[in-house]
This record gives sequence, C-alpha cells and structure tokens, in this order.
Amino acid sequence: MKADRILLSLAAPVLAIALAVIVSTGVLLVSGNSPGEVFSLLGDQTTQLGEIVKTINRAGPYYISAVAVAIGFKMKLFNIGVEGQYRLAGVVAAAAGFSLPLPGYTRLIGVLAVAVLVGSAWAGIAGLLRAYRGVSEVISTIMLNTIALGMTAFLLTRYFKEESADGTVDFATRTARIPQDGRLPDLDWLIPGEIPGGVHLNAFVILAALVGVGYWILIWRSRFGYDLRASGANPVAARASGVDARRMTFLAMAISGGVAGLVGLSTIIGEEPYSYTDESFLAGLGFTGIAIALLGRNNPIGIAFGALLWSFMDIAKTPMSRSDLPREITTIMQGITVLSVVIAYQVVERVVERREAAITARSGESEPPPPADPPSEPATAGVPT
Amino acid sequence: MPPTPTAGGAAPAEVTAQRPPAVELEGITKRFPGVVANRDVHLRVEPGTIHAVVGENGAGKSTLMKILYGMQRPDEGTITVDGEQVSLKRPTDAIKAGIGMVHQHFMLADNLTVLENVVLGSEPKVPIVLSRRRARERIRELGRAYGLAVDPDALVEDLGGGARQRVEILKVLYRGARVLILDEPTAVLVPQEVDELFANLQELKREGLTVLFISHKLDEVLSVADAITVIRAGTTVTTVTPDEVTARDLANLMVGHELPSPEPRDTEITDTVELSLRGVTVAGADERPLLHGIDLVIRRGEIVGVAGVEGNGQSELLAAVMGLVELAHGSVLVGGEDISGWSTRERRERGIACVPEDRQRDGLLHDAPLWENTALGQQTQAPYVRGRFMDRAGARRRTVEIIETYGVRTPGTEVRAGALSGGNQQKLIMGRELTAEPRVLVAAHPTRGVDVGAQAAIWAELREARDAGLAVLLISADLDELIGLSDTLVVLYGGRMVARLDPASTSLDDLGCYMTGTDPAGGDELDVDTAAAQAVAADRAATGTPDGAGPG
Repeated sequence: MKADRILLSLAAPVLAIALAVIVSTGVLLVSGNSPGEVFSLLGDQTTQLGEIVKTINRAGPYYISAVAVAIGFKMKLFNIGVEGQYRLAGVVAAAAGFSLPLPGYTRLIGVLAVAVLVGSAWAGIAGLLRAYRGVSEVISTIMLNTIALGMTAFLLTRYFKEESADGTVDFATRTARIPQDGRLPDLDWLIPGEIPGGVHLNAFVILAALVGVGYWILIWRSRFGYDLRASGANPVAARASGVDARRMTFLAMAISGGVAGLVGLSTIIGEEPYSYTDESFLAGLGFTGIAIALLGRNNPIGIAFGALLWSFMDIAKTPMSRSDLPREITTIMQGITVLSVVIAYQVVERVVERREAAITARSGESEPPPPADPPSEPATAGVPT
Repeated sequence: MPPTPTAGGAAPAEVTAQRPPAVELEGITKRFPGVVANRDVHLRVEPGTIHAVVGENGAGKSTLMKILYGMQRPDEGTITVDGEQVSLKRPTDAIKAGIGMVHQHFMLADNLTVLENVVLGSEPKVPIVLSRRRARERIRELGRAYGLAVDPDALVEDLGGGARQRVEILKVLYRGARVLILDEPTAVLVPQEVDELFANLQELKREGLTVLFISHKLDEVLSVADAITVIRAGTTVTTVTPDEVTARDLANLMVGHELPSPEPRDTEITDTVELSLRGVTVAGADERPLLHGIDLVIRRGEIVGVAGVEGNGQSELLAAVMGLVELAHGSVLVGGEDISGWSTRERRERGIACVPEDRQRDGLLHDAPLWENTALGQQTQAPYVRGRFMDRAGARRRTVEIIETYGVRTPGTEVRAGALSGGNQQKLIMGRELTAEPRVLVAAHPTRGVDVGAQAAIWAELREARDAGLAVLLISADLDELIGLSDTLVVLYGGRMVARLDPASTSLDDLGCYMTGTDPAGGDELDVDTAAAQAVAADRAATGTPDGAGPG
C-alpha cells in the first residue's frame, strides 16, 4: 500500500511534465516556431557547464523564496509579501555588512542575522494585523510590498549610499562593498576544470540547502511544525487541541518573512558586486517563489526541483534569443508547467484518496447490520438532525 | 403558480375539513448507514391549520422535514400534497408543489436588501432585467396580506431576528408556497419576537395557508398549534389536539418508555472534588447569556451527565471547561486550583481531556495520517514528543495501541483520518483521550453516530475509567446514555442549570419537563431562577461543598 502511494506520487510529476511538453509543443506550433529546435536547444543547455552553474546560482534565491512562501502555505497563509520583505532585508543587510564593527566571520553571521530580522519584522506586521485585527494577509502584504519598495529606495539614497572617495557626487545608487570576511567563499573548487565565461559557483546554494533542511525539520519534525500544520489543516480542531491560533499566525508569518529576508543576499554575500545595487539586485523573486512553491507542492525536495527547473528556463532565455527563437516562449512554458503540476497532482490525489477510502472500507468494515427493528428507546444517537 | 393572496384559495378554516389534507405522509421510512432515521411515519396535515411536530433531538423531526422539502428521499412511503401523490427529488420539486421551508438558521445574504434576498433564486429568466418595481409591489402586497411588515429596501444586516424571519417567510411565500415548514422557528427569537411570529402564523392560517411547525418547546406548541404530532425514535407516536393534553403529557409522549435504571456500580464515588464550576457565565451576542451561573461539582470517580435539548448551553459548557471561550463571570477549578486563566493547552497538559461534540469539525485532521491525529491535543506530551520534536515512533506505537485496544478498523497508522468511517473516527478519539489517563474528561456525545457494538464498548471504557478515578462531565442527547452512565444528572435549559437529579429515581416526566422548560409540579412554564437556585443548593448539599467555599 505504501509502495502504491509512492508509485502514484511519482505519477503526478511524470504526468505534469508530459502535459507541459504537449501544451508547449502546441503553443510553439501555433506561434510558428519549431518545437524540435526549441527542445534541442534546451537539451544542449543541460550539457554546458557554464549554463549549469548559472542555473544553480539562480536556483538558490528561488529556492529560499519558495520556502518562505511554503511556510505560509502550510498554515493556509498567503505571504505575497516576500517581494517586499527580501528587498528591504537586502538593502539593510548590505548596509550592515560594511558598517557593522564585527570581527572575522561574525560579520557574515551578522549580515545573515540582520536580513532575517528585517524580513521577519516586516512580515510580522502582516502577521500581527491578521492575528489581532483579522486583516487579510494577502491585502496587507501587497500593501507592505509597495511601502517596502519605497523604503528601500529611500534608505539607499538617503543613508546607505556609498560615499565616493573624493567627495564628488556619485549618481550610482549602491551600497559599499562588503569586506572579504563578510562574503561567502565561492565553490569553484568543487567543479572539475575551468568554468567558462567567468562564472563562479555561488556558495549561496549551500545556504539554500540549509534553509531547506531547516524547513523540513521545522515543519515535519518539530512540535511547532505539527501545530502549524494542524492549524492549516483544521483551525477549529487545532484550537480545540490547545494551539494558540493567534500566536501561530503571527509566528508563521514572522518565520516566513525571516526566511524571505535571505532571498536577496546572493549578490550581496555570494557573488559580485558584493553590495546592493539597483542593477544587480534581482527583482521579482518573491512572486517567482509563489509559483515555485506551487510547483514543488511545499515539499522541500519538490521545491528544489521546481527552483532548478525555473532557473533553467530563465537561463535558457539568453541562448534562445541568440538563436533567434522567441525568449518569451520559456516564460510561457514556465506558466504551463505550474498549471500542469497543479492539475496533475489534483488528479492523482483524487485517485489516491478514492483508493485509500476503498481499502480502509474493505479492511473489515464488517459493522453489524443495523437492527431491523430499532430499539424502542428514545433518541437513537446519530440520527442526522 | 403563485397564489394571489387576496383572491386565491383563501378559504376559511372551517370549510377546509372537506378538502383533502394539505400534506399527507404515509409509511415514510428513511435509513442512513447504521441507523433508521424515520420508520413508518404517518402524518396528516389538514389545510389551513398550524400543525406542530414535536420530538426530542435526534427523534427524526429534521429528517422528516428534509424529506418533505425534497432534501432527502425516503426509502419507502408516499407523500401526498393536496390529494395528489408527488415525488420530491429536490427542493425545487417541493417548491413547485407549494411547499416552502423556513430554516432554523437564516439563509439570507446580509449585504443584500430584503427585496434582493426575497427574489434571489427566483429571478425571472425573461426578461433578463429584474423588475424591482414589480418585485417590490409583490412583496408589499404579500406583507399586507399576511401582516408581515418589512421594508423591501432595508438591508438585511440592519434587521433583527424577528424581521429576518419575516423575510424568510416572505421569501417562501413569494415562491408561491401554500404549505410552510418552520424548523424550530423560535430558537433564534427573543420572547416578544416569538409573540409576533405567532401572530403572523395565525394570519397565515387565516389566509388559508398551512403551517408545519417543528419544535420541542411544549408551551409554545400548545399555545399556537391546532394539532400536535409527536415523533419518538424516528416514528410518529400519536397526533393530539392542544386541548386534550398538558405539557406534562406531551413531555411524557416525547420521551416515551420508562427510562433504564442506571447500572449499579461496585466502586464508590470519592469525596475528592476534581472539577468544580462556580457561577460560570458565558456572554452571548445579545444580553441573554449563553451560559448563566453554572455551579457544579464533579468528584473523582463520578460521571455527571448533562441533559438538555441541544443549543441550551451544552457547547458553551464544554468550551468553558476547555478554555475555548472567555468567561464573563465565574471560575473553573480543577483539584481546587483556579484554572480560569489557563490556556487550552495548559488545561490539556494538566489532565483535562475532551471528546468534542463534532468529531469532524473539532477533533480530527482529515488529511493527516492516524498517528498525527492521535497526537492532536496531546502534542506537547509523551509519547508524542521528545523535547521540541515530535516522536514519530512513539506516536505510531501509541496509535497502534489505541487501534488495538479500541478496535479501530483500519489497515494501519498511515491511513488518513478522513478515510475512516464515523464510528471508527469516534473510537480513535475516545482512545486517544482515555489513553492519556486524564483526571477530568469532558465528553460530548461520545457515541453519536456509532454502531451498537462500538457504543457498548465506549460505554464500558467510560465506566472503567470512572472506576479508576476519572471525573467525567458527560454531555449527551441520548437519554439512555445519560441515565445508564451518570451518577448525577443535571439539566440545562436556556443556559441555566435548572435541575440536579438522581438518575436512579428520576421520573421520565420530570426529566422531560425540565428539558423543555416546563414546571413538573404544575405543568406551567418553569420558573428558571427558582429552579436554578434549587439545583445549585442540591449540588452543594449532595457533594458536601459549603456555599461559595472551595472544596475541602
């Protein structure tokens, strides 16, 4: 029975990929492109070391962003505010990175801590509003996103902007670079041979993996995670079992935001330019995280695959346009993949559920037949009223 | 064919006797898996009358009305409306046959106007645009004809309970109903709204409509109905007229046979007070508290049963003990310690267990495996946790133990709780609560929807736990269960504890009277204040707790 279930859960991604390929092929044909050309280009991508490294580098922030969203999802909270949380956390952490008077590698720890604190404080606002005032976190996080963007720009230009050495006005808006001991070392030594194109393997992916392990332990192994999942699954029963619903709502949002705070650090502690600049800092990761969390079904491993797939499609955009193929096609394919996954899992889940109910019913539901003549007692319990 | 109330079949009540019955149910039987909800029901409702259907909770009134309104289909029997046999497959069939239902809980959209609510669902298909002017006229006309005054343009959210009910009735009339089913219509009304409702009903009757009135409030039934049919254990017992019976007779008919005598126990109730409630009051939405000044003591090894018609404060009593609701006054003590300020989790950790009233809603995580479900409520205690982490092996072992001890039928611990049948879910819940060896158990309807075999098993488990010293607050609608298990029986009525009885010597009459708010001495309406005071005094005398003082 367990083997059955594993088989069935493998069926879902296979089904999803098949669906995505079929629909994408259709879209390509309709738009007058050659599916063969596109798919073979995508195939080539998987064999080129430089592209692989780029894919991994990009997947790290995606992964963390998706985990942040997934933490909320596990409690039926929709944290749309990852976007604002990581941007605000990113700029503050970058500023802290060069200004904190911390010795050695504690500087790196300090940067991480600042990012987590800022992210969780920002998300915590939405958490408090939801827990104590019943404000939908969807609305409040959308609003907080806008505020965060404004604040990020304000903080950067007003306080965190790097002073140019000679006192002249520098129009580039960027924070000062983080000193060496505040940076993650690169992982190029792991790769046999030279990575082409001056690309380095960003150690940020290790941080992402650690976040994934932490997420798994927190949600599936800890008591807190049990309470959180129970609250998401049946809030009434969770409350009756002694879970403080308000506290859980706040904590789930704050933790989600704390993880979100790390999303933008890849270009601050992991690779060039080791500072917050408007050009290098990636925008939109918060929204991508929502799609990837859906793609990975909130599962730490699933999200990893989702993040890699998404990042792979992103990275393929450049060679696509180089080969005169429409780069937008990868965006369409990303969308189709998410939809396919959602549909495929729904289908498979229903099959599993029906089978399970059938098996359970067969497992000796030999309940005694209802008495032909109900006892002449009053109020037979259980009569639906 | 909507009736024109002024000209239509508004025959005076006297001549209607010759007409075929407005509604006639013959030999209706309805089975649900494991239970027979209705068995060979016969009900004949004369046109132009107010016909009451009375019975205990779970007697099958609601199922019967759902059958009549096409929400359930009978397994056997026939339904005749105005002399013509009909087949009601869905509510629209019933509406076509001229039957309308006013539900106990209002089904109105608060943010729409009265007019919009009334036409909702019966908007004209052609033309597409709704003629508000015509609808408004029609509503005014109906309102005038039946004395149901409501402003068609008022927002429903601004209306009180009585007015909302009038909207519900208007809605039904607007669809052309000639027979109105009112399911517990007074449950949500304050006394003076009840009077208004009854005046409206008389008006409907005068206009030739037929009213089926579901209730268990005997004094109301006696004052408003022309005929009363009593339902007990799923079947119709008799039909009487109000002038030939008293409330006491009705209560007797409703409850039926002699109550079983409690099973003798061979252990003694100890003198150690485990749970005590002092003046526990839970505020309601209006000025009437949902639970009012409950004083109750449960000792080690004692089962105190709470009888009462559902919705008279039982849910609030459970919530008060479990810390799920804020107390307006009073306190809850366990072992002499005031726990009123404790959270639900603290209470559970200190040994207060709870079998919730609705296992689906309050007691289970449907999509989670069984072992996660057995941890629910004890997720901070061994063997479910080790430190800050869940002990999955421990939880699985405990689940296997529960499955075996309580005979839960399942292929294993990994099955989702939602895949189990209701009876097995209940066994799992009983198992997890009792296995934790609590000192106090609040059990609401512990055997509801459970087959006979499992019921006996659960009762045996409860007795065993009681003998081992568990203090049980047993809330149930099943009088057999209450009498059979309880050492002490209290009755809740309107949020007050109106009686404290000895289950061994309680007469059925008295119990029925208290449950329906009737004075067993006179048959009049019960003076709840006096009754409550007497009940508290009886509790103090019997448990040896001096007035107002803590347990010894």
